This record gives sequence, structure tokens and C-alpha cells, in this order.
Amino acid sequence: MTAISNKPPLLSVRDLVVEFPTRRGTLRALDQVSFDIAEGEVLGMVGESGAGKSLTGAAIIGLLEPPGRIAGGEVWLRGERIDNLSVEKMRRIRGRRIGMVFQDPLTSLNPLYTVAEQLIETIRTHIDVSEKEARKRAIALLDRVGIPAAARRIDDYPHHFSGGMRQRVVIALALSAEPELVIADEPTTALDVSGQAQIIDVLKDICAERGASVMLITHDMGVIAETADRVAVLYAGRMAEIGPVRDVVQAAEHPYTAGLMGAIPTLTQTADRLTQIPGSMPRLNAIPQGCAFNPRCPRVFDRCRAERPELIARASGRHVACWLYETETENV
Amino acid sequence: MIAFILRRIVQSVIVMLTVAIVAFALFRFVGDPVASMVGQETTLAERAEIRQALGLNDPFPVQFFNFVTRAVQGDFGVSYRLQQPVMELILSRLPATLELALVSGVLAFFFGVGFGVYTALRRGNWLSGSIMTISLIGVSLPTFLIGVLLIWVFAVELQWLPSFGRGDTVYIGDWWRTGLLTESGRASLILPAITLGLYQMTLIMRLVRAEMLEVLRTDYIKFARARGLSNRAVNFGHALKNTLVPVITITGLQMGSIIAFSIITETVFQWPGVGALFIRSVQFVDVPVMAAYLMLIALVFVVINLIVDLLYYAVDPRLRVDRSSARG
Amino acid sequence: MTDFTPENRPSIFFRAWDSDVAYSFRRSPLAITAALVSLVIILAAIFAPWLAPHDPFNPASLNLMDGFTPPMEPNAFTGNVYWLGTDNQGRDVFSTILYGARISLFVGFMAVLFAMVLGITLGLIAGYRGGWLDSLLMRVADVQLTFPSILLALLIFGVARGFIPPAYREAMAIWVLIVAIGLSDWVQYARVVRGATMVEKNKEYVQAARVIGAHPTKILVRHILPNVMGPVLVIATIGLALAIIAEATLSFLGVGVPATQPSLGTLIRIGQGFLFSGEWWILLFPAVTLLALALSVNLLGDWLRDALNPRLR
Repeated sequence: MTAISNKPPLLSVRDLVVEFPTRRGTLRALDQVSFDIAEGEVLGMVGESGAGKSLTGAAIIGLLEPPGRIAGGEVWLRGERIDNLSVEKMRRIRGRRIGMVFQDPLTSLNPLYTVAEQLIETIRTHIDVSEKEARKRAIALLDRVGIPAAARRIDDYPHHFSGGMRQRVVIALALSAEPELVIADEPTTALDVSGQAQIIDVLKDICAERGASVMLITHDMGVIAETADRVAVLYAGRMAEIGPVRDVVQAAEHPYTAGLMGAIPTLTQTADRLTQIPGSMPRLNAIPQGCAFNPRCPRVFDRCRAERPELIARASGRHVACWLYETETENV
Repeated sequence: MIAFILRRIVQSVIVMLTVAIVAFALFRFVGDPVASMVGQETTLAERAEIRQALGLNDPFPVQFFNFVTRAVQGDFGVSYRLQQPVMELILSRLPATLELALVSGVLAFFFGVGFGVYTALRRGNWLSGSIMTISLIGVSLPTFLIGVLLIWVFAVELQWLPSFGRGDTVYIGDWWRTGLLTESGRASLILPAITLGLYQMTLIMRLVRAEMLEVLRTDYIKFARARGLSNRAVNFGHALKNTLVPVITITGLQMGSIIAFSIITETVFQWPGVGALFIRSVQFVDVPVMAAYLMLIALVFVVINLIVDLLYYAVDPRLRVDRSSARG
Repeated sequence: MTDFTPENRPSIFFRAWDSDVAYSFRRSPLAITAALVSLVIILAAIFAPWLAPHDPFNPASLNLMDGFTPPMEPNAFTGNVYWLGTDNQGRDVFSTILYGARISLFVGFMAVLFAMVLGITLGLIAGYRGGWLDSLLMRVADVQLTFPSILLALLIFGVARGFIPPAYREAMAIWVLIVAIGLSDWVQYARVVRGATMVEKNKEYVQAARVIGAHPTKILVRHILPNVMGPVLVIATIGLALAIIAEATLSFLGVGVPATQPSLGTLIRIGQGFLFSGEWWILLFPAVTLLALALSVNLLGDWLRDALNPRLR
């Protein structure tokens, strides 16, 4: 798990802005979010509910729910710009080049079709193979994600499987057309604690095997710490900090990240998640001037209330958006 | 599976027996069956004889048993008004009603599902808006008024289509007289079929639309899109199939209503079907025909319910397994 | 305690005007239009004997020479002008509509009242007693709901006519019709009241009433009825539209009110006979009146449902 550098990134998100027009004005749900994901890298994306993690995933894959829309910025996939593609071209990227895993395995599968039907349909949508070949691939895939007796169970309906097994099926579906990037949106939140680690392992291993990158969206810093190569921290639709996971966990620079890290339960002390920072994240229609975190920040000073900090590069490849570090480095 | 079918059949038989009790009570207690069958000049002794011959002096359970036995064999006695066996009357008019009901049912289903899907997928465009507004009016208009207005416009003013009757009919087999094989028969069917089907179509359309919007919001549809399936595969392969599962039940029950509403349509268009016969029997208190019609309608409803259940069972895999696993 | 003299207490009219429902009413042009249309037709029906220019059912006042007069045109023989024309017997169409609406509304209101009283009573009994009686009533309700109510009304009408000696059939027809339509439509009231009763009956005040030996039904009725007033009112309003349509349908089919007391449905039935000979006004005006009445009452019911239950919107 080393920071990967000097290679062109697989995915590059630049100054992404997502807006929701409402009757009472336009809400800015993502505000100039930038990050890269390198080949084979696992990027963890953390933040509280409503910070914009899932929206980032939906925006990349081109499935924002109307009236939400990309109002600015660019998304590049291996040097090709994909945020302005036609509907049909974007459809061909979904599943084929970017796979997605959703939160709730119980509702992610169509109850009226067998697992085989859903897998074969997906494979044959993207890859020109015979029904028989697709079925063979589907069985292999199910076997790989850890479904026992895959050849027999493939013809079962989703409701025959337990929650954990269904999430394996969902992962198999997301990977069925061999995408280069998998966006996993809280893939374990809906599962029992006992099953969570296994699902994460399956996802990580199979992606590593195929050289696919992963964007792992979660609010669980514990999962990030164990799984990700780098971590990006979102707050109120803005990037607070991004950097190698070990550095960020051990020595967070942004006060918000530091608060988050304090919330990881350890063997010696238990703590409730995300409760160590007083107050709560502002609503999208009430984001304060300057740094969005300033009302809750323990190290706030005047400038934080007036000017918005840019994401700046720090030593060790880390980027932080905080005025505390402005004097030490120059702007990116 | 077999146990499930058996249970449903037993339930159906119980419903039919209940209706038979009502029909029997109607037959036995409404007016005096003997007085309705004989002329003024019949003597008291002769009346008593007929009473005895009809079994009207037997204990009620025996009479009921005989009634059911005869009903099962299709014997509902003789119409007071027309002095013909009731079953003969009904059978000769059944094809007209069934053809009308079938055509309007099919029209209602296909247009209902089509418009429902269209208005769900193209929310907010002007055509969807117009379809929805027209459907609102369609729900509020009484059926007979729709028929009368259609006659006025298409038969009286434009003179495109006939306003009454079945047109020319030909026999298929021994007793099935069909209007579907002649041009005038088909022309005569158009207005009644629209009248009968419009209300059902509106209901099906609104149901499909609501259900489809619900399904389009589900996670498995989002996941299907995220896997890059084409819009067609997502909308029709996935969303529509899931939409139709609950729609089947209600649509099936609507088919029963179509038979019932055919009473109105047949009267408006003087369509020589069972419904028109029933209306006459109500007007003239022709009890044997009323009793037979009651049984017939109940049978139609029970059979349709049964078919709907089986269909539901066939379409939704969750039902199959939950039941079998519940039984162990 | 403050003394509320009649002078300083806000008037009932003010309180009604100030309520949420009234506010939503004033904000909805559709509801206002619907209410106005219904009100005009209802008032016109009530005051028909005073408003109608002619008494269409007094043979002495009819002149066959006036027959088939088109609307707003002088009759070829008599020179009389009728707003909406006359029918074959020289009856003023406008007057027959006023009297017809009177009968349609009478049957509609009485049928709704009958269904409401029956449904509320059965709902209270089913909800309070529970057990087999509840199961039985609800089974009946389920079965009844699968059949279209117009078919049930027809059957009940037919059966009831069978029990009435032929000599009285004409005279009793309206009441038979009311019972038939009412009986086909009690289920929804019963369901709402039953649900409310089952919730209330386990509350402490009912238990307390039982402990002190008071008969709980009285208290139950006093507490439950106000609770279910909203939904019952909505059901009754939509039920009124349905009952008017049911009555019109039955009368159109020739099994409703007797020909001597034509309702709007009867008038449409008569008018249909003159379509081909070109006397369209005999059909059109009663049809438009029925449509306006049914549609506006229906819209009013829809609006009321939304206004009383904002969550449903």
C-alpha cells in the first residue's frame, strides 16, 4: 500500500460542481471537488451523511437524479472526458468501464429475474459472447465472489440468497463486464457486522486481481483505514483533505479530519462515530461564508470566516483545504 | 402448488354455494312461483298439483339440494316472461356478451398499459398531460352517457358507425353466433366496445402509471442503469415486468366488472346479450332469469379470481418459494 | 376563568372562515367553481316548484301543439318561446330538468344517508364487539367490494321489487331505489368507523367508563364520531356523486324511478329516442346538467379529501 505517483491517473475529477435547482434557489451539493484515482488504487471517500459522497459517485457515472445536474468541472477517464458524453456513449461506459455497487443488496436485485438472467443480460450487453459463454463467465464470477455451489445456485432468484450472499451477487454483477473502476457506495452499511469485513475483502481482492481501481464510499473510517490506499474527506460538498491513508489517519491535518479520526473505535477505547465534533454539518442552503467548517472548528480564526480556503498541496503528496497551512506552502 | 390450487377451488365452491343460497331464496320466496307460471283460469287443485310436482312442498334443504343439482346441470327452470328454458335463453345470448366483453377487455388492457407506461416514462410532456386530463373526465363520466354521446357523434352526426344491434352474424359451430367475421358485425362492435372499455382503460392506465413511477424509483432499476443496460431493457425488460405484477390482479378483477357493466352498454346499444336480458328480467320480475344471471355472474367472478391467483403465482417467483418454504 | 359572552366570542362563521379547510378552499379556484355549480343545481332543485316556468307534470298545463319546440325559438304553431325547448309532449325542458334534478338529488342524498347510517352502525358494532361478528361483517364487505356496486344495486332492486306486490311497485320505486343504492355502498363507512373504533376502544377513558359501570358504547360514539367526521364527510361527498350516477344509470336502464317522476337519468333515456329525428336539445340539456352535477360533486369530494388530509397530496 504505497502512494502511487507519476503515472497518469485512471480517473481524474476536476473542480466538479453539482447543483440542484429548487424553488428557493439553487443548492450547490458539490462545490469544486477535485481528486484522482490511479490504476489499481483504492480510494476511500469519507464524510458525514449529506457531505456529497454518493453524489460524487452518481455524477461520475452519469446517473444524477433529476433535477440534479453537473454545473461545472470535468471528469476524465483514462484521458477521455466523460462528463459531457451523449446518453448512449455514457451508457456504454457504465458497467463496461465503471461498475457500481449500491448500499442495499436486498433491493438492488430485480426480484423477478434469476441471478443467471441478470448476470447474462449484463455480460451480453457489453461483451459480444454467446449465451453459453456468458453463462460460463457468470458461474465463474459467482464462484470467485464466494457463492458456494455457484453452478447450481445461479438459477435461483435473489430472494433465495441471504443479505451477504446477495451483496456478493451485486459485486459479481458490477464486475461482470470487467470494468476498470468500481464505485462501491456504502457496500456494507446494510449488512450484519459479521458479514461486512468479508464483503470488503471480496471486493478488494477481486479488484486487485483484475487490476481494477476502487472508489470506496463510506462513513466508516475503520473500513477506510484497513482497505484504502488513499482517502478523500468531504465536508459540505467540498474536499477537506486528501492523502495517503496512513498519513491521514495517523496525523490528520484538517481539523475536521482530525475530529473524524478521533471517532475511530480502538481496542482500548470505544467511541461513537462522528460524535466528537460538536455541532452538525450545515445544510446546503446555509453553508457559512469562508470555510464551511468554521462554526465547528476548534482552531478557527478570523480568516476562516471570511475567505474560502483552496485545496493546497502539502509535503508527502497530501492536499488540505485549511488556512492553518496556507503560510507553509504555496498554492497548487 | 397443488395444495394452493385445491384451497382456492374449495374457497370458490363456498362462494358459489353462498350465491346459490341467495339465488335459491330469490327463486323460492320472491312472488309465488306457481302463480307466475300458470294462467288465471287454473284451478286451485291444479295449482296444488303443480306445487307438488315442482317439489315446493318438500323441506327447504331438499329443495335447495334439488335447486343446486339442477343448476349444476344448467337447468334454471323456465322464464316467466318468455316461457322458454332459461339456460337456452342465456346460451343464445352469451356469445354476444362475451365477444363484446372480450374485445373491450383487450382494448382496455392494451391501451391502458400503453398509455400508463407512456405517461410514466414521459412525465411532463404535453401529450402525457392531455392523456391524464382526458382520463380524469373518463373516470367521472357515467358509462351510459359515454355511449349516448358516442352514438350522437359517430352514428347520428357523422353516420360512420351503426348505433344499435350486432350487424350481420354468422354461426361458428352449432350455437355460437359471431359478429366478428362480418364487416357490419365488426363495425357494430366498435362503439359498444369503446363505451364498455373506456372506464376500465382509464383505471388500468392510472394504475400502471402510478405503479411504474414507483418501480422506476427502486434500487434495482438504478442498479440496472448503473450496469449500462439499454433504456429499452431497463424500462421494458425490468420496470414493466415488475409493474405488471400488481396490475394483473386488479386488471383481472376489472374484467369481471366489464361483464357487469355490459348490462349498461347492451341497453344503450340494444346489444342482444345477456345483460340486456337481465335488465328485462329485473323490469318484469322474471325470477328464474334473475337467479340464473346471478349464478352466472358469480361464476364469472370466481373463475376470473382463480385465474388471477394462478397467474400471480406464475409471474412472481417470491410467491412460489415463500409458500413452499412456509409449508416446509 | 374568562367569561365568554356571546359578544366577545368569535362568531362561528368567523371561526369556520378562519380554519385551514376554508383557507385551502379559498385558494382553489376549482373547488370554488365546483361548489358554486353544485350549490346552484341543488338550490334550483329545492326551489323547482317556484322556479320552474311550467309544471311539466300537470297535464292541464301542457299543450301538445308546443311539442318539439327548439330552444330559444318561437313555436311554429303557438309562438311560445322556451329557453331550452320542449319535448314531444310540449313539456318545457328547463322545467323537467329542475324537477328531474330534484328527484336525482333526493335519491342521492337519501341513499348516502342510508349508507352512512348503516355503515357507521355496522362499523361501530364490528369494531367494538370484534370476534366472529367482526370477521363476518368484514368478509361480507370484502366480497361486496369485488362486485361493482351498480350490479349490486340492480340485483337488490330486482329482488326488492319481487317482494313488493305489483300494485305498490310504482309507489315504492323511489324508496326501493334508495335502499338498493344505499345497501350497495355502506362498506367504506363501516371500514373507516371500524378502524377508529378499534383504536379508541382500548384507550383509558373507555376502560374507565367500563370500570365505573357506565355503558361504554355511548362514550365511544361520542368520541369516535367526531374523529371520523372528516373521512366520513369525504366518503359521503364522493358517495353522493356515485349515488347520483347510480340513480341516473338505473333510471336510464328503465329500472329506476317510475316514468311519472322522471329523474335526470329518465330524461336522458327519453332524449336518446329523439337523437335520430334531430331534437338534440331533449337529450343534451339533461345530460349536461347530470354531468355538471356529478363532476362538480366529485371534484368537491376530491378537494375535500386533499384538504382534510394534507399528507395524501
